[in-house]
Amino acid sequence: MEIPSARPGEALPTNNPEPPAQSFPDNDPAPGRIEVESLYKSYETESGFREVIKDLSLSVTEGQVTAIMGPSGCGKSTLINLLAGYEKPNGGKISIDQKPVTGAGPDRLVVFQETALFPWLTTFENVAYGPKIRRELKGEKLDSVIMSLLRTVGLEDFRDKYPSQLSGGMQRRAELVRALVNRPKVMLLDEPFRGLDAMTRSLMRDYYLDLFERHKGTQVFVTSELDEGLLIADRLAIVTNRPGRIKKILDVALPRPRDESLRGSPEYLSLKAEALELLHEEALKSFKAGAVNSADFVGAYAAMG
Amino acid sequence: MLWLMIKRRLKRLPKLWRSQTLRRGIISIIGFFVIWELCARFKVPVLGAVPSPTEVALCLADQINEAYYWHSWGSSMVRILTGFVIAQILGVPLGLLLGFSRKAREIIFPLIELMRPVPPLAWVPVSVIFWPSAEMSMIFVTFLGAFFTVVLNIVEGIAAIDERYIRAASSLGASKSDIFWHVMLPASLPSVLVGMTVGMGITWCVVVAAEMIATNTGLGYLTWRGYVAGEFPMIVVGMLSIGLAGYISSGLIRRIGLMFTPWLESR
Ligand SMILES: Nc1ncnc2c1ncn2[C@@H]1O[C@H](COP(=O)(O)OP(=O)(O)OP(=O)(O)O)[C@@H](O)[C@H]1O
Ligand SMILES: [Mg+2]
Repeated sequence: MEIPSARPGEALPTNNPEPPAQSFPDNDPAPGRIEVESLYKSYETESGFREVIKDLSLSVTEGQVTAIMGPSGCGKSTLINLLAGYEKPNGGKISIDQKPVTGAGPDRLVVFQETALFPWLTTFENVAYGPKIRRELKGEKLDSVIMSLLRTVGLEDFRDKYPSQLSGGMQRRAELVRALVNRPKVMLLDEPFRGLDAMTRSLMRDYYLDLFERHKGTQVFVTSELDEGLLIADRLAIVTNRPGRIKKILDVALPRPRDESLRGSPEYLSLKAEALELLHEEALKSFKAGAVNSADFVGAYAAMG
Repeated sequence: MLWLMIKRRLKRLPKLWRSQTLRRGIISIIGFFVIWELCARFKVPVLGAVPSPTEVALCLADQINEAYYWHSWGSSMVRILTGFVIAQILGVPLGLLLGFSRKAREIIFPLIELMRPVPPLAWVPVSVIFWPSAEMSMIFVTFLGAFFTVVLNIVEGIAAIDERYIRAASSLGASKSDIFWHVMLPASLPSVLVGMTVGMGITWCVVVAAEMIATNTGLGYLTWRGYVAGEFPMIVVGMLSIGLAGYISSGLIRRIGLMFTPWLESR
């Protein structure tokens, strides 16, 4: 459970009076196993009927990071919304530990593409919101759990700041912690580091890996950066062009804990080459689909005179 | 509170003077008064009819020693406050109801949309006839001025709440009523405050007009009396007083609002 948390480029206090990784709330619940069976989701839009996910089946192994990648618009966010229970599928089944998903709940927490911290609560209050609302933890116990998590991500001095006073990277860290403090069986992350600059992004990845090593839960992590995906994932699921289904799952059998140095290793490079080819294929299809549509459009226009 | 604000501003003055924007602003204001004075002295056509700044200043100096002047302030303030407070007491809950219940919105909103385009000022004559006392009619139009603004701002504020906050809260285990109290309410608070500030401005417009028509007290009447009696400096003093009173009321609302929305201030 305990791993050294000093990372390059990051000044963690070495003479910290508190134990650095104060153990997380007793008994982390067992990580959940997600089963998705021939999922189907479509939308009725102004431009007509649109199939977003079609016949998508996937099992997400408990206690592992499953990264999801695919061309833009292939339905990754839609999949996350369905897993989270925010939206209902038009067909197929989703279950967590054999229990069907019927709505949102604290066993599956989501870290959104843009920050969803409550602007009217401080960092601490944001993190405390879940446990408080469910009346699970309170008082000093809650305080010490939250502070130890905030320390892990370097936010202990920002506990009383509002989200608007935090940088983008800090907001994402606060959000990770706000989800983790609830000890979810499953974490769903939808491009949580999108929009951050490259340096912050790799630092965030390290924080994330650190938290994951400590609190092993099932993770579904959508990303558009192949290197990010390969460095964090145990399995990399590649989704086809819309309507999305799983094209292939690559096993990322690289040793943990991981860091940048892996990027030169032959295993890494061959995985990357394989993934790139698959992604490229789908991106090309997506591009062609767009191109065909615009050709139709031009044709229709010409026909109209 | 006001005094503290002024003191803080004064302390920053030397530094502010170095800012070019401020210097230009001050020069333009001084220039304005100088030209105004000259126009009045040399009886420039049209503009020369306006009393000069020195006449106005003398008149103001007289007035601040008059009980009647302060009584005018008092009457207007009481009207504003009563109308405004009633508008909040009825408008905030109605706005919240309309924001949350689709059914309520579908039933009540058309009515509001029907009444809203009528400017509050246009209500003055009918409400003078309608209400048994002049005081009531003035409070009523003041109320109307603030009421619609507040209701509409709340409804818009609620409609604009980001879905992600509601989703995040429900994932964290919040019930429907938790979501109302912990997400909808704080998320719509900033637009409630905008509604109040704008409503306060409208309220002053309305009360001044109503006082000119319906009564013989208040700052609006003071200005009107100046006109009727041909005391032109008095008109300008009245105008300035109304401006200042409006400025103070809006400032107070903003201050109080910031106490309830600390996250907006600390950027
Ligand atoms: N509520 C909705 N109504 C109609 N269409 C929708 C809705 N949500 C998503 N879509 C459509 O579904 C498709 C997939 O959207 P989704 O956001 O899941 O893609 P994504 O894979 O997350 O893309 P990106 O990489 O850009 O985030 C898009 O074409 C989008 O227009
Ligand atoms: Mg997306």
